[in-house]
Amino acid sequence: MANLTINGKTISVDVEDDTPLLWAIRENVGLTGTKYGCGIAQCGACTVHVDGVAMRACGVTVSEAVGKQITTIEGLASNGALHKVQQAWVANDVPQCGYCQSGMIMAVAALLKEKPKPTDQDINEAITNICRCGTFQQVREAIHAAANA
Amino acid sequence: MNKHVMPKLTRRGFVIGTAAAGAGLAIGLDIPFGGPTVVRAADGSPEVNVWVVIRPDDTTVIRIARSEMGQGTLTGLAQLVAEELECDWSKVVTEYPTPGQSVARKRPWGDFSTGGSRGIRTSQEYVRKGGATARVMLIQAAANEWKVPASECTAANSVITHTPSGKTTTYGKVVEAAAKLEPPADVKLKDPKDWKIAGKGVKRLDTLDKTTGAMIYGADVKLPGMLNAAIKDCPVFGGKLKSYDEAKVMGMKGVKKVVRVNDSTVAVVADTWWHAKTALDALPIVWDEGENAKVSSESIAKWLAEGLDNAQPAYIGNQNGDAKAAIASAAKKVEAVYNYPYQNHATMEPMNATALYTPDKCEVWCGTQNGEAAFAAAIEASGLPAEKCEVHKLILGGGFGRRGMTDYVRQAVIIAKQMPGTPVKLLWSREEDMAQGKFHPVTQCKMTGAFDADNNLTALHVRLSGQSILYTVRPGALVNGMDTAAFQGLSPSGDAAIGYSVPNLLVEHSMRNPHVPPGFWRGVNVNQNAIYMECFMDELAQSVGQDPVEFRRKLMSKHPKHLAVLNAVAEKIGWGKPAPQGVYRGIAQVMGYGSYVAGAAEISVTDGSKIKVHRIIASTDPGYIVNPAQVERQIAGSFVYGLSALFYGGCTVKDGKIEQTNFDTYNSMRIAEMPKVECVMVPSGGFWGGVGEPTIGVAAPAVLNAYFAATGKRIRSVPLKDQNITFA
Repeated sequence: MANLTINGKTISVDVEDDTPLLWAIRENVGLTGTKYGCGIAQCGACTVHVDGVAMRACGVTVSEAVGKQITTIEGLASNGALHKVQQAWVANDVPQCGYCQSGMIMAVAALLKEKPKPTDQDINEAITNICRCGTFQQVREAIHAAANA
Repeated sequence: MNKHVMPKLTRRGFVIGTAAAGAGLAIGLDIPFGGPTVVRAADGSPEVNVWVVIRPDDTTVIRIARSEMGQGTLTGLAQLVAEELECDWSKVVTEYPTPGQSVARKRPWGDFSTGGSRGIRTSQEYVRKGGATARVMLIQAAANEWKVPASECTAANSVITHTPSGKTTTYGKVVEAAAKLEPPADVKLKDPKDWKIAGKGVKRLDTLDKTTGAMIYGADVKLPGMLNAAIKDCPVFGGKLKSYDEAKVMGMKGVKKVVRVNDSTVAVVADTWWHAKTALDALPIVWDEGENAKVSSESIAKWLAEGLDNAQPAYIGNQNGDAKAAIASAAKKVEAVYNYPYQNHATMEPMNATALYTPDKCEVWCGTQNGEAAFAAAIEASGLPAEKCEVHKLILGGGFGRRGMTDYVRQAVIIAKQMPGTPVKLLWSREEDMAQGKFHPVTQCKMTGAFDADNNLTALHVRLSGQSILYTVRPGALVNGMDTAAFQGLSPSGDAAIGYSVPNLLVEHSMRNPHVPPGFWRGVNVNQNAIYMECFMDELAQSVGQDPVEFRRKLMSKHPKHLAVLNAVAEKIGWGKPAPQGVYRGIAQVMGYGSYVAGAAEISVTDGSKIKVHRIIASTDPGYIVNPAQVERQIAGSFVYGLSALFYGGCTVKDGKIEQTNFDTYNSMRIAEMPKVECVMVPSGGFWGGVGEPTIGVAAPAVLNAYFAATGKRIRSVPLKDQNITFA
């Protein structure tokens, strides 16, 4: 049994300590916006914020996440208003299949917190999520749009 | 705003997840509360016809039979219906009919299959007629109510106006009466030049839920009491499951059952998927790998190379003149051998399906590119008749051809059948997804060109050797044993016609089918055929000291549409004018899926091995464009998929198994590696081509030809990582 703080709420989950945070979020907490893509921290589909830092939830264990503030895609909007990254995503019609986009958006939200006006080079270094549909052009445009919003 | 909303499944009180995501439309075909002839949606709103349901508040529900996997077809089809319907686009929502409903109603929605870039082009006519027919009925209902001739009434934005009197009403007010009218026998469709909704880059209908985490994919399905399954099929294709020791894992946390799925596959069912997967990894399994365990990439390559020998039998896909004789007597001959490897689709969402079986009913929830094939798989695997089966389609986390197959559906049903009354979600691990792909087939190609003394190309011989997809996947489609699809992009005519006229031409295929299961992979055979043809065109041009574009143009006078897109990219990239210092250009063209496409790339190369792609120009002529914003995304996405395969792809075989296990060994391009793709749309009208796939054909050859321009080195083998060439 572990207490996780997810999107501001403390939730008790009955899992082994070494369970990847991804699966606790998806299966025990029931928030399925965080996606499974590879399980080896390569693709970024499971990106969440742990104490404000973008992390790949498949590579973080539940025991490592205890006591930390975890934010998932479902917790990014506040008071019913979409986060500016989500707004830019809607305005720029970014997603195709959309499966990688939760992780992409979480990675971008963390980037903008650190670098409010990222250059293309900043984006290249920070955003390493895989998108098989190839939405990168729209992702880049939407990041700049969100930064300038 | 528009939102892609699909009705909650209400039967048995199941609710899928939090979002109103795809469980098919719960039609009230058997609930005749509105009169015997009116078919009603779950909320009681009447169908005007199978494509259009209108609610009292003027919300227009448009039915979409094809699958949405990111390619935007759902939005495009809705645009086409809405265009003819003259409804208010801001009040459009969509829903999927289910395959079971389709069969029960004698397939009024036609084909559900979504592949071959056919989503729009092969349904555009009947969905537009569906919209137009509904419009005529709605106007007639208003005219009847007003007792005026329908010819005096017009419709726009879901409002009907009687022009002489200025009276107005809305679709929502007359829909009950309209639904009881006989549909008109014939309707006239708009000229595309008069389109107001279609032809415009309107926003997708499914974006919001994809930005909030609310969109429910197959992997996200939740049903009350649901268990989760992880699965392992014999990694050697054709091998068998000999034994497993379930006692070793039955005591592990959450484990409920170990299931022998078929003679090569075992699954563990547990409370959570993580528990199922953990137990499966711990399960001792003994495989009988069989003869195929001796197969390797090297042994396959050797066998394919033998097929390049003209003495070996081959199917002829395109022929004019006598290429062999012309080559034998040529003043000059150029020859090169190319190859292209297996590729995995690697959809971001691994294969999965959820099934619930009872002796009276079998239901499946899954992402599928072919709802009817998934339905057939459910019928077959459950052993129940069609009327007791149903498939609820969900939005796909990528398809690329992989989800046209139904192996994962069949597995889910077989597992659920061993646990009657308990819904079971089967999810493949990424490792299983990599191991059990339906792979882009492996081929080699010997290209031979011949010139006369004046450096005119007199003959071209394209000798393909390798795997047929149809032989395994759709043997009924072979023509006297020949796989006509193997000649995509090289065919004499049709959807994938060659763009060059050569006096003596021979295109042939020595079919060799290794044990690795093939599948349709985005672009299918255009991928390698365009590399072979377009890189060799550059080789031929170079061998006679001619400019690659000028050389092509001389062969393209009878192929004006191929030539038009080639010219469009050449002009846009500045072909013939100096490139920036250190930047080199490559170009390619091909026809596939009924569309003409060309691409040009500007690259620089450091140390001969580090490629930076600076700029990509792409041109396409698909006849008509329904949503230019989505077409642009398909074109740019085709470059990402095609260049990922070129640089990082390639699935290799060792001991009969695929060696790549995850994205660490089967990598995919990241944002840093991808330049902007500038699109030049040249829709010439008069035909309907696809856009999801054709452009992928030009991605690799444009870059490979630019690499030659930069380095003087020809690359005739994919992937580049095997030659220590990567992105800068």
